[in-house]
Amino acid sequence: MLQRTIPIAILSISGIVLVLAYFSPFTQSWGEQAVDWFNIIAGIAYILGGGNLLRVNLEKISAQRPGWAYAAITVAAFVAMLGFGLLKLGAVPSEKYPDVHFAGDYESNSAPYGWMYWNVISPLGATMFAMLAFYVASAAFRAFRAKNLESVLLLGTAFIVLLSATAAGAYLTGWIPADSAVGFMRAERLRTMITEVVQTAGMRAIGIGIAIGVVALSVRLILGIDRSYLSKDGGAA
Amino acid sequence: MSEPLLVRLGRIDRRWIFLAMALSIIVPMLLKVRFPEIPQPMARATFEAIERVPEGSRVLIAFDYDPASQGELQPMANAIVHHCASRGHKMVFMTLWPFGGPLAERTIDDILLAYHPGYKYGIDYAELGFQPGNEGVVKLMSTNIPKQFPTDKRGTPLAQVPLLADLADTTGFKLVVSISAGYPGAKEWVQYANGPAPEAFTFVSGTTGVQAAQLLPYYPAQMEGMLLAVKGAAEYETIVEEKYPPPQHPERIGDGRVRMGPQLVAHVLMIVLIVLGNLSMAAGRTRGGMR
Repeated sequence: MLQRTIPIAILSISGIVLVLAYFSPFTQSWGEQAVDWFNIIAGIAYILGGGNLLRVNLEKISAQRPGWAYAAITVAAFVAMLGFGLLKLGAVPSEKYPDVHFAGDYESNSAPYGWMYWNVISPLGATMFAMLAFYVASAAFRAFRAKNLESVLLLGTAFIVLLSATAAGAYLTGWIPADSAVGFMRAERLRTMITEVVQTAGMRAIGIGIAIGVVALSVRLILGIDRSYLSKDGGAA
Repeated sequence: MSEPLLVRLGRIDRRWIFLAMALSIIVPMLLKVRFPEIPQPMARATFEAIERVPEGSRVLIAFDYDPASQGELQPMANAIVHHCASRGHKMVFMTLWPFGGPLAERTIDDILLAYHPGYKYGIDYAELGFQPGNEGVVKLMSTNIPKQFPTDKRGTPLAQVPLLADLADTTGFKLVVSISAGYPGAKEWVQYANGPAPEAFTFVSGTTGVQAAQLLPYYPAQMEGMLLAVKGAAEYETIVEEKYPPPQHPERIGDGRVRMGPQLVAHVLMIVLIVLGNLSMAAGRTRGGMR
């Protein structure tokens, strides 16, 4: 009983308070309090996430399941960054409070946390992102086929956007007089037309659809009609 | 009978494609190939939106990205900070992303303090740092900044930081900039901060190419300026550099244009690959039909 009632009550009260706070200045401080609690819970989620990461990876290491060495690296990196960040190990002393260890700058490149950030996390993140270019190129060669009218339209659009996203578009179509009847054929004008007219119209339609869906779902949640978030069986005891 | 070259091409080892892509990036990078950028309306709108904000205004710059998107977003972050400092704006830096803080710090060191050494912490610029909560942070900042950030990044109570002492909510800024790689980012700033007070401040954003579609519906009504990926950064840099030439290290306000060289070659390679792939498919069909 309480397992269902308390979460529904918390959700309903928070939802109603936030709606009221938006429209009425008298309840603004209640809304701020609800959002502040939300942000504290979001902070606690990092602790849960960290705990879960440790549990999953330590289980994998202890059972020596395939890929356990990667799990060991994950745990080592997690513990190292957590230690360097939380304990501010090797932090550069603060100018204002040089004797207070925790006032030090741990994000500086000469502190271990900052060093790891700039020399490990930063290049690894950039590498992961850059690898997309290789897979996209391979996929473009193998899968981007003009098989029917829709795919021809998609290909044409892709060519225009790819070219106009560089100086190549301007070079290829720059000779077309901008103020002539065919001025719209210039790459930058075509791109603007595609992004700001066609794409934006589609995204607005999707966005409005999602917004209406969110409002409907929120009302169902606030009124306690939708309880799917409680458990698989809707919070049935 | 041996297969025509075009048909065989369809079965090319993908490592050759990877090699071609690597060369198309590395060679222009080594040769420092640069192309002149013609600023487009969106980059101009961003520049003009920042120009319209009265000189010396208090502005908020949110570094809502992490190192993975640094390649795409750092050039515009550099140019925006230099532009704002050249206008004498007082800058407040923050991030909604856990890994965004050091990126803001480096921009402060490499651009703000290197180009504008007169800027003093607490008076001309300040850092709020990171707080967890995603859109919750923006929502609370829109009504009560001291409740969301009781102290600045260095742990000093806001009341003791001259630039932040009288800051009640986001309407205390004349300009808000979100350099955004996704969620949480520019969309949340529009919905939770700009939405309730659309006239209070100018909002502009810089975004990755993949997020652009999501944000375009907000431009130009709720988002007066928007820089789209490296291309947008390169165009914006061109305008900023023309009006506010950097006093030293000009390459730091030229990263976007440097990156456009490899991007041009890579995009042309993509088009060539798509064309070759289709020709190969057509050749295979013709050959199948002939049989």
